[in-house]
Amino acid sequence: MAITKADLANALFNELGLNKREAKEFVELFFEKIRGALEDGTSVKLSGFGNFGVRKKNSRPGRNPKTGEEIPISARRVVTFKASQKLKDRVASNADQLRQHLNQK
Amino acid sequence: MLAAEQPQLAYRDVELAVKGLLECMAKALTEGERIEVRGFGSFSLHYRPARVGRNPKTGAAVGVPDKHVPHFKPGKELRERVDTASSAR
Repeated sequence: MAITKADLANALFNELGLNKREAKEFVELFFEKIRGALEDGTSVKLSGFGNFGVRKKNSRPGRNPKTGEEIPISARRVVTFKASQKLKDRVASNADQLRQHLNQK
Repeated sequence: MLAAEQPQLAYRDVELAVKGLLECMAKALTEGERIEVRGFGSFSLHYRPARVGRNPKTGAAVGVPDKHVPHFKPGKELRERVDTASSAR
């Protein structure tokens, strides 16, 4: 089962002693803060976890993969995430357990 | 770091809460758990098969073992807000 906002709020409740309402609000505010920054085109750096950034994409010709019909893809801004080396190393160091865990799914 | 302003929490508590939140997310990913936050996006792991890499300096071939790397997919609300903000300026 995937981790959700409720799980994150619960962890803050259990581990930091925030009350449930505070924890829930905090999780909400945390993600809203990141959304707001990215919306303004500001990148967000979370040390030990990773960086969120915004990239401008030029318009390019695209294709409907089903019909083969050509349609233009408009210029847009997209969010990118780059995991920090620390997080990547942490995931990589758990390779054995991951192999078992993900094979069960 | 993130400057989250929250009226009922002291600055130090916010710092602790941010740390706790990130630690919880990092731990989940490390254990191969997906994270889904509606309106924000989801974090998951992508598998990278083993490959033969090269030392860019010497050109020597080195084996790179298979691994999982963290991946983020922006959710609908985040995608739309970031994109419409661009067309507004």
